[in-house]
Amino acid sequence: MTSALRVILQIINYTIFMFLVGYFSIYPQFKHLEDDQAMITLAISHAGERREECRKIPPEELAKLPPNMRTPMDCPRERSPIVVELTLDGKVVISDNVEPPGLYADQGIDIFQSIKIPAGKHLLSLKMNDSVRVEGPTFTHKQDINLEPAQLLVIQFDSENGKFTLN
Amino acid sequence: MKTFNPIKRGYLALEEWLNISFGGELNPLYHLGTLTFFFFWIVLISGIYLFIFFDTSLSGAYNSVEYLTNEQWYLGGVMRSLHRYASDAAILTILLHMFREFALDRYRGFRWFSWLTGVPTLWFVVTLGITGYWLVWDELGLYVAVLSAQLMDALPIVSGSMARNFLEGQLTDRFFTLMGFLHLLGQPVLLIFALWIHVKRLSHVEISAPRGLALGSFIALMALSLYMPAESHAPADLGKVPATLNIDWFYLNIYPLLDHWSAGNVWILSIGVTMFLMIMPWLPPKKTGHAAVVHLDECNGCGQCADDCPFDAITMRQRTDEARWEYEVVVDDKLCAACGICVGSCHSSNIFRYKNKTLDTGIDMPQFPVDEVRQKTAEVISGIEGDTKILILGCDHAYDVKQINEPGIGIMTLFCSGMTPPSLVEYALKNGVDGVLLTGCRNGDCFYRYGNIWMDKRLDGDRKPVLRERADKSRIEVFRAAETDGKKLTQKIDEFKQHLILLNKEDAATTADNGTDGGAS
Ligand code: HEM
Repeated sequence: MTSALRVILQIINYTIFMFLVGYFSIYPQFKHLEDDQAMITLAISHAGERREECRKIPPEELAKLPPNMRTPMDCPRERSPIVVELTLDGKVVISDNVEPPGLYADQGIDIFQSIKIPAGKHLLSLKMNDSVRVEGPTFTHKQDINLEPAQLLVIQFDSENGKFTLN
Repeated sequence: MKTFNPIKRGYLALEEWLNISFGGELNPLYHLGTLTFFFFWIVLISGIYLFIFFDTSLSGAYNSVEYLTNEQWYLGGVMRSLHRYASDAAILTILLHMFREFALDRYRGFRWFSWLTGVPTLWFVVTLGITGYWLVWDELGLYVAVLSAQLMDALPIVSGSMARNFLEGQLTDRFFTLMGFLHLLGQPVLLIFALWIHVKRLSHVEISAPRGLALGSFIALMALSLYMPAESHAPADLGKVPATLNIDWFYLNIYPLLDHWSAGNVWILSIGVTMFLMIMPWLPPKKTGHAAVVHLDECNGCGQCADDCPFDAITMRQRTDEARWEYEVVVDDKLCAACGICVGSCHSSNIFRYKNKTLDTGIDMPQFPVDEVRQKTAEVISGIEGDTKILILGCDHAYDVKQINEPGIGIMTLFCSGMTPPSLVEYALKNGVDGVLLTGCRNGDCFYRYGNIWMDKRLDGDRKPVLRERADKSRIEVFRAAETDGKKLTQKIDEFKQHLILLNKEDAATTADNGTDGGAS
C-alpha cells in the first residue's frame, strides 16, 4: 500500500465520517406540524369539589371528642374527579377523567394535553364537571376560534373565577 | 468448530477496510474509547469558550448564541459548530464502541462490569446533549423543553405539571437556570464520575487518542464546522408551535416518537431498551475459566504479572511466608479473566527450568498449567513430519489455527498470545522445529486487550521476560490473523516456509563449508 493511496483512503473515510455527523445532526427534517395545522393545548390545574359536603358537628358529638379535635365542621377530605371534554365543530377531540391524586385523594389535578387541528375557523366547546354531587357539567364554554397555521391556543381554567380562559 | 456469526463477520469486514485505510496502529475501531474522550475534550474547550459569551437568562440566551454564530462566526461560530459536531461524533463513536464490544463478544463473562457501567454513561451523554439544545432557547429548544416536561410529568415522581411552566405568562428564569447549571456543571461531573467507574476494572486504560487520529478527526470536524456552521432556529415563541425542526437525531431521536405515542409508552420503550442492554451480559451468561493461582514457592514478588494483567486482577502485598522477598502477588478471582497473560509474564515460567520434573511457576492456570504446555508442545513437535517443520503458536480467540492441516506444521494454542512464555519459542527452535510462527488476534485488537502487545514487546526485548538474544530471530515470524484472515495466514505460512527452506539451505551450505575447512586444517 503506497502512502499516497492510504492518504486518499483516509480522506474518503473522514468524508464519510463528516457526512454522517453533519447529516444526522439536522436531517431528516422533522415536521412536528403540517403547514396547515395549528395546536390546542388544554392545561387545567384545578381541585375538584369535595365528594361529600361539610357537616356541622352537633354540640353533644363535639363534646365527646378530645379537646384538640373539636372543630365545629367535619369536612371529608376526598375530592371529586375532574371530567373534561373538548369538542371542536361537534366532534369530541379531548376527553379526560382524572382522579385526584394524593393519599387521601384530596389534591388538585393537572391536565396537560395537546392536539393538532387544521388551522382556520372552528366552533370550540368545553365542558367540565368537578363535583360528583352534580349531574352533568359544572362549567361550560363555547367560542368561535380562528387559528393561524402553527398558532398555539392554550386553554386554561381559572379556578378563582370559575371560567375557562383561551389565549 | 466455530459457528458463522454474521455480525462478527460484518464488524471484521469494516475493521479490515479501516486497517487498509489507516493501518493497524491508527485503525479508529481500535481507539473508539479514546476517540470519544478526544471529542469530549473538544466539547469541553469549545464549551468553555461559548460559556464566556453565553447569557444564562431566558431573555438573553438566544441573542448571545446568535451573536456568536453571526457576528463572531470566525471564532465563536466555529466554536459553536465544533461543540455540536464533536458531541455528535461522540455518539457515533460510542455506538461503534458498543457495536464492537458486542460483535466481538466482549460484553459478557468477566466483562459484565464494563458493559453494565457503560449503559448509564450513554444516558448521561444523551441527556447532556438534550439540555444543550434546551439552552439555545430557539424553537428547537422550546420543543425540547415542552416535550421533556411532558415526559417528566408522566413520571409519578413529579407532583404538579412541569409542562405548565412553558405556557405564556408562566415562564420564569428558574427552570432555565437549572438547565444551565445541569448542562454546564452537574451533568459533566456526573459523566466523568460514570466514566471513571466504567474503566475501573481495567488497567493501562488509554485516555488519549493517537495523535494521527486526533489530528485527522479534528481537521474533519473543523472542515464540517466551516462548511456547515451550526445554526439556531427562530427564537422560542410561546404562542407558536415549532412546526418544522432540524432535529439532531444523535440526541433528540426520542422526541418525535411523542407525536405518535404517549409519554408513558416512550418511557416504557426507553427504560425497556436500557434494561435490555443492562442484562445483555447474562443473555446467555458466559463462563470465565478458573482464575490464575499463585505458587508462592516460585514467586519472588517481582510484580511483572501485576503490571501486565489487563484487568487489574493482580495486586502486590507484603510477603506472608518466610521467603526472603519483600512482596508477593495475590489474584482477585472475581476480576481474573483467565487469559493466562500472567503465566507468560512470570520469569519462573521459563520452559528450560526443571527439565526432568514438573515445571512449577509463580503464577499458573490450573486448567492448563505451564508444565502441561511444555509437554504438549513437545508432543506436537515430535508429531510434525516433513523436511521443514513449523510450529504455529495461536490463541483461542483469533483465527482457529486448528483448521490448518498441512504436513510439516504443528499447532499449539494457548488462551491468549500473551500467555506464551518467550522461552517456549526458543524451546521449540531448540527441539527440532525450523521456525515458529506466532499468530493470534489482530494487532491492536487482542481479545484480552494487551496479550499480543506484551508478546511483541517480549520478543523485541522491550518487556520482561524477554526472548533471549541467542534465539534465532530469523526463524521467528509474527502474523496476527482474525477469524476471517485464513487466506492471508495460509499465504504467510507459505512464505515463511520458503524463507525457512532457504535458511536451511544456507545453513547446510555453511555447515558443509565449515566441514570442508575443518577437513583441510
Ligand atoms: C461515554 C462513552 C464511553 C466512553 C468514553 C467509553 C470508553 C471506554 C474506554 C476508554 C474503555 C477501555 C478500552 C480499553 O482500554 O481497552 C472502555 C471499555 C469498555 N466499554 Fe466503554 N466507553 C463508553 C461507553 C460505553 C457503552 C455505552 C458501553 C456499552 C453499553 C461500553 C462498553 C464497554 C466495554 C464492554 C468495555 C470493555 C472492553 C474490554 O474489556 O476490553 N462503553 N470504554
